Amino acid sequence: MIKMKTLAATALLACSSLFATAPAFAQNSNAEILTTVLERGVLRVGVLGAFRPWAFRAEDGSLQGIEVDLAKRVADSLGVEVELVEITSANRIQFLEQKRIDLIIGGMYDTADRREVVGIIEPGYWASGPSLMAREGAISSWEDVAGKPICAKQGVIYNQLIETRFGARLMAFGGNTEGKEALRSGKCVAWFYDDSSIAADLASGDWAGFEMPVDALFVNPWAAAVPIAEKDGAFGKVLSGLVYGWHEDGTLIDLQAEYDLQETAWLAQMHEDLEYDRSFLGE
Amino acid sequence: MLEFTAPLFLSLQKATGLNFSPFFDEYDFGRLMTGLQTSLLLIVCVLVLSLVVGLLGAAAQRSRSRLLRFLVAAYIAVFRNTPPVVQLLFFYFGLGAFTPQIDMGGWYEPMISAFGWAVIALGIFGGSYNVEIFRAGIEAVPKTTSEATEALGFTPLQTFIHVTLPLALRFSLPSLASNLISLAKTTSIAYVIAVPEMTYALSGVWNDRLNVGEMMTLLFVYYIAVVAIIGAVMGQLERRLAVPGLGK
Repeated sequence: MIKMKTLAATALLACSSLFATAPAFAQNSNAEILTTVLERGVLRVGVLGAFRPWAFRAEDGSLQGIEVDLAKRVADSLGVEVELVEITSANRIQFLEQKRIDLIIGGMYDTADRREVVGIIEPGYWASGPSLMAREGAISSWEDVAGKPICAKQGVIYNQLIETRFGARLMAFGGNTEGKEALRSGKCVAWFYDDSSIAADLASGDWAGFEMPVDALFVNPWAAAVPIAEKDGAFGKVLSGLVYGWHEDGTLIDLQAEYDLQETAWLAQMHEDLEYDRSFLGE
Repeated sequence: MLEFTAPLFLSLQKATGLNFSPFFDEYDFGRLMTGLQTSLLLIVCVLVLSLVVGLLGAAAQRSRSRLLRFLVAAYIAVFRNTPPVVQLLFFYFGLGAFTPQIDMGGWYEPMISAFGWAVIALGIFGGSYNVEIFRAGIEAVPKTTSEATEALGFTPLQTFIHVTLPLALRFSLPSLASNLISLAKTTSIAYVIAVPEMTYALSGVWNDRLNVGEMMTLLFVYYIAVVAIIGAVMGQLERRLAVPGLGK
């Protein structure tokens, strides 16, 4: 009986000590992330895990890709270690709000709605727009999707568009793999997703007999994001500067080439717009 | 419907920041309604199929054919020991790849829709539990009862239909109620194969509107209501069918 009592007391103590740490967390949440990250020595970046070639699991199980490289660059600039946290497009904003991650670099569109809840870092580091992948000859224009089942991924911001503007029947799956598998096995007529990702799929050689028959509906920048309170704080400013630098010095264009991606007009334009004019140096 | 709710929920949003968009936004309202219809239809279809499978399985368990008894035992072992979401994905992506396609005039659609596969997969999953529930009910009928019917000159089949089965169903009701409730809740996983039921519809809304807390609350309330209704119906049935003295 005494043993039981000791056990219960120990358990109670253990629990209360867990609660006791809660105020410490609360205090931390008031501090600026930059200070916390530097003290911690680790930057936690949310990246997608199944988003070839931006962030994906390599054969050895490690996360790799363009966004992973960018996350490492941010950590290197701050002189801290990087901890990659796998997120999905459906949970990433919650992860950021719950402070499970310090930063999202996860193929996220810059939208008006998101600007109200997270700190969108300007400028964007990539850009793409919604397009379709379909069996060759199945679709020839956007109007062709009316009334037809179209596969998509849950949580993608423009999903609503293909239903409201073109009258398609949307079937949204939890992941890209399921959505594309549904297309392959004939459960829908097309896969509705980003042109950049579709182009990467088509270039991979796994999709013989498929094509991207339509132009993207629009071009939308992808932005890194920090908690909204940090956007105009030190952390947000540092990130903004870093992304600006990646455009300015051609880092992003180099990454595009390194991962065998088609050159995009948007990256070239950004590089041209943001390149610092050094002609006064006589260069 | 929206004319009545919109002012209320818009002012709620203004006052508290709570965003119940399906009650003031037409598109989200449409999603909610589709979700509601699909979800309720899915629950009804799955429960009915699971009952049919359960009864057939329990009957097959009493068959003289050893092969048939073995097949039922194997079916129960497989479907009770694997997660329903795995079964659902297996049916949809595994078997679904081999089902015939229908020509819809220039494009094709599979003969069995995602909804159809959800009914089949979840009905068979729930049925595997129902077989055992009915078996337990049948075994709970006292031997002396069938001995008594034998003395009255009933054939074994007559005994089963007129005496054993009615009593067995009564014995089964409490466990059947909990299994049907559990099955109704499990239908929410149909969202993984894009069946537009409630979880799918509301996660669509919260992905677009970022009102996760509000939509999760709505989902929570919806399932409590559904479960309460099924519980009430089953409780009522139990009281209606109660035989004085049985099981005492």
